[in-house]
Amino acid sequence: MLTKRIIPCLDIKDGRVVKGIEFKNLRDAGDPVEAGKRYSEEGADELVFLDINASAENRKSTVDLVSRVAESVFIPFTVGGGISEMEDIRKILRAGADKVSINTAAFENPELIKQSSEEFGVQCIVCAIDARKKEEGSWEVYLRGGRQATGTDAVEWARKASGLGAGEILLTSMDADGTEDGYDIELTKAVAEAVNIPVIASGGAGNLKHLADVIKCGKADAVLAASIFHFRQHSIREAKLYLQKEGIPVRL
Amino acid sequence: MIVVIDYNLGNIKSVFRGFEKIKAPVKISSSSDDINKADGIVLPGVGAFKKAMENLDSLGLTGTIKKNIVSGKPYLGICLGLQILFSSSCEHGETAGLDIIKGKVKKFGAGLKIPHMGWNSVQYEEKTPVFKEVGNGSYFYFDHSYYVEPSEETVCATTIYGNEFT
Repeated sequence: MLTKRIIPCLDIKDGRVVKGIEFKNLRDAGDPVEAGKRYSEEGADELVFLDINASAENRKSTVDLVSRVAESVFIPFTVGGGISEMEDIRKILRAGADKVSINTAAFENPELIKQSSEEFGVQCIVCAIDARKKEEGSWEVYLRGGRQATGTDAVEWARKASGLGAGEILLTSMDADGTEDGYDIELTKAVAEAVNIPVIASGGAGNLKHLADVIKCGKADAVLAASIFHFRQHSIREAKLYLQKEGIPVRL
Repeated sequence: MIVVIDYNLGNIKSVFRGFEKIKAPVKISSSSDDINKADGIVLPGVGAFKKAMENLDSLGLTGTIKKNIVSGKPYLGICLGLQILFSSSCEHGETAGLDIIKGKVKKFGAGLKIPHMGWNSVQYEEKTPVFKEVGNGSYFYFDHSYYVEPSEETVCATTIYGNEFT
């Protein structure tokens, strides 16, 4: 049976993992390679590395980091941040990443989704969407790390991206992100029901129940979390045992 | 020496590092000469079928790979590397494959989320050498929209997503 995935997210700035809101006990979460290795050994299903500064400053994701991660991490990993052209994608995949996540560039140049999925296959093109609630049942897409509003409806954009060839949606609720109050279940559900590709819920995980809720009620195929794992609040294994107890299929 | 074929697509590094980890002599190459001399060849995945065949053609490797497989050289096709052994695929229009295994590469059917993505368990009835040290029901990571449907009995293990596939 296909299992639900738990994906630790490593936000990278200047080659280091950066914190969420409460900066505690981060000693060995500082190095992306070490953190990635630890999560991989703990049983994470996948990893996501996001260069959080790259998009804003037009920097390319560091191919170098990807190479180093690929040397010691033996689970699939996705790399995002600042990817804007085919050559970026080729370099990152060649360096050892399994998938790339494209956000701002995909929105501004939707043709990139089409081209890249035709060359590298739908399965490795992840479309990342940052969304903020506008009114009840409606969310707006933001670009450049949440700094630029687009006026476009998030569900509509997800549907379009899927049609163009995105293989997965990485959906971050800007309202929930960093709050640790739980994922935006309504948003996740709206997108998961609108598209026929997997949806990764992101933003707001504060405890294990939040993970189960967004899978059960939000229809997420995978859950992304940072602080609950970085700060050692919970191990990946604990999270999986909890989900299993809730009747959710996981890989143990 | 194992040769991992570089065809300008594919996640070649992760396969390469896998062999390094088990200390097997391995080389990444797109030369016919290397492939001919290799003890075994690996064609890794990540890529679209049509583009893969185009790249293999333009590198002049299509005939070399076919010849080596037919002569009995061990070949490990991962993901797309498995798919191209088949007669044809419907990914981005009907495209001919190497036709070593008769059958087609088809897209998953309606009602399923596509791609089939994540860890799923793999079952086998009879242990073939590939599964020598792999437990029945072990999890493998899947990430694909297409699956192979052989027209002859060549299957050694299956998994379930919608329907059972190989």
